[in-house]
Amino acid sequence: MTTSDLLPSSDYKYGFVSQVESDSIPKGLSEEVIRLISAKKGEPEFMLEWRLRAFRHWLNVKDQEPTWQNVQFPPIDYQDIVYYSAPAKAGDGPKGLDEVDPAILEAFDKLGIPLEEQKKLSGIAVDAVFDSVSVATTYKESLDKVGIIFCSFTEAVHNHPDLIKKYLGSVVPYSDNFFATLNSAVFSDGSFAYIPKGVRCPVELMTYFRINSADAGQFERTLIVADEGSYVSYLEGCTAPFRKTNQLHAAVVELIALEGAEIKYSTLQNWFPGTKDGEGGIYNFVTKRGKCAGRASKISWTQVETGSAITWKYPGVILQGDDSVGEFYSVAVVNNHQQADTGTKMIHLGKNTRSTIISKGISAGQGNNTYRGLVKILPNASNSKNYTQCDSLLLTDKCGAHTIPYIEVHNDSSSIEHEASTSKVSDDQLFFCMQRGIPSEDAHRMIINGFCREVFKELPWEFAVEASKLLQVSLENSVG
Amino acid sequence: MASSRRARPLLEVRGLRATAAGQEILTGLDLVVNAGEVHAIMGPNGSGKSTLAMVLAGNPAFTVTGGSVHYLGEDILALAPELRARKGIFLAFQTPMELPGVRNSEFLRASLNSIRVHRGLEEMSFREFGKLLKEKMKIVKMQPGFNSRSVNEGFSGGEKKKNEILQMALLEPRLAILDETDSGLDIDALKLVANGVNNLRNPKSATVIVTHYQRILDYITPDRVHVIMDGRIVRSSDSALAKELEAKGYEWIRDGSSDTPKAVAAGA
Repeated sequence: MTTSDLLPSSDYKYGFVSQVESDSIPKGLSEEVIRLISAKKGEPEFMLEWRLRAFRHWLNVKDQEPTWQNVQFPPIDYQDIVYYSAPAKAGDGPKGLDEVDPAILEAFDKLGIPLEEQKKLSGIAVDAVFDSVSVATTYKESLDKVGIIFCSFTEAVHNHPDLIKKYLGSVVPYSDNFFATLNSAVFSDGSFAYIPKGVRCPVELMTYFRINSADAGQFERTLIVADEGSYVSYLEGCTAPFRKTNQLHAAVVELIALEGAEIKYSTLQNWFPGTKDGEGGIYNFVTKRGKCAGRASKISWTQVETGSAITWKYPGVILQGDDSVGEFYSVAVVNNHQQADTGTKMIHLGKNTRSTIISKGISAGQGNNTYRGLVKILPNASNSKNYTQCDSLLLTDKCGAHTIPYIEVHNDSSSIEHEASTSKVSDDQLFFCMQRGIPSEDAHRMIINGFCREVFKELPWEFAVEASKLLQVSLENSVG
Repeated sequence: MASSRRARPLLEVRGLRATAAGQEILTGLDLVVNAGEVHAIMGPNGSGKSTLAMVLAGNPAFTVTGGSVHYLGEDILALAPELRARKGIFLAFQTPMELPGVRNSEFLRASLNSIRVHRGLEEMSFREFGKLLKEKMKIVKMQPGFNSRSVNEGFSGGEKKKNEILQMALLEPRLAILDETDSGLDIDALKLVANGVNNLRNPKSATVIVTHYQRILDYITPDRVHVIMDGRIVRSSDSALAKELEAKGYEWIRDGSSDTPKAVAAGA
């Protein structure tokens, strides 16, 4: 664990490094590395096979890193990345908190996610992922009682192989895209949740991702299955130390909602964004997709993206079941030299399927923000509807905002509505607020928060409060 | 209702000159308003009525090039707009701005609290504020639903103006300036606005009504009526002047405007 490459303290308050002994393998990607990762995790044969299939596919596409996105970064040397780094004491997943390195517990404490029984967050079950390995899961017993499985991915592979075999790659196949393929080959851990038939999950489930080590890439996988008529609200939070070098984070999230089930997935992405001059920061190249597999199921993505040097993600929904519903609510903020190319894909297969997209892009500094979205309504998806609203707010003269909607409709009983706007905080609005005694800085904050309101109101309350604070910190000193 | 000789005026404007986008609009304006008074400032379009309102409130889009403005004896021209507001100057906007996504109640509470804190009072809790707001909303007969809507977004013209009067009632300013608040209102809304102004009338505060028409003066009887032309006050008199203007038009003043504008200061 080195601290020499740490950047001086900035406004980013999660930039600390924990001194944790780690078990890492040498840099580079090869079949041996894949076998080593699998062996370290003591995986059953089927899992290794799947990884190898993904790796072989990656060999075919390794020169085909996507280039269509509206972001710029130097070429990534995939042989210069450590593909497995785990806290040394973690072994193959957490057994009890007494086995977790105290430095890790302290790190999560500092992040406001206490894991100890006495201090745990009320109403939120947390799976804490430290450098891509799940170190602790809270509330396990009370979830067990109603038959909910919530554990690390590694544990699920061991204890629930049938569920993993059935659903892994069923929404994001290993051949889906460059980064998903890479993830499928090398993923280290992540979270797994299964909500049984008719169960309404009594607490919020949360995975908190913490990157700590320096050269490691981060490759987690999350899989959530909501069985018929069940409901779950899932939260995801992320932070990392501030380092000079860019770190790759290529995660995959798959959601499956069976008949009448509902999954609400909320993300606060606050990876280290890099410095004011654009040094360091996380490359957040993530594939997230849900499948409304059953009739009248619903999947809702809400994301607040304030961190990362580059964000590349398109959480989408495949609306397979008739009458199913897909939603995407997003706030993406870029400041200084941050770049974001983010949006969603709504694929309508079933009849009477509905999707809603509300995207709010905020650009400050020299940040560049692109909304990219696909709405595709297939021939059988009769009477389907989509409503899309993309709003951009520009806070400086040097930042950029782009909206790139792709729309394909293959039947004539469906309808699509698309609205887009670009605005600035006007001098008249500011004077109006100031005349009411509210200083310019507070007025900006209020107007920016107002701009995000439609998205924030979709978040669980505590998360919404946190999101609004995050937004303030991200945009500090960027206006007026 | 002239105040005693020794009382210091609430507002004292002397020789005020101001420009917008390089063009001189106020050309040496004098105006004295005492506590307890209601003044009407009337004039044709482009005469500088709204500019006066904006300059008094401190809109940075206007540049003061000469003269002075004293409020409660203090020179306020160097004060930021929010400080003027906290000291009790309120401007009801001719075109109230929309703040998408900002809840009306949230905005009003932030406003009231910034003023309370300035006066050394504690911030008002959600609950306390809720009660106060409900009370004040009765004055302009606003439906409770208004406050969960975004500030002025999707409000009709009349609703926006009522919202301004609600803010005035809530903030209880010492000096309220109404910039053509009456324009575009139907008769019922006009009565509500007038009612709001009359409610605020007290010996410590004053109201300046900037208007093109005398219609609102049927419901609010001003102590003084001033006519502004080409950026300065050219005639001041009692409320009868408004009626006369209504009958004869502004050109009548221009034709005979040899009167010296110095006659303005009430009780001076």
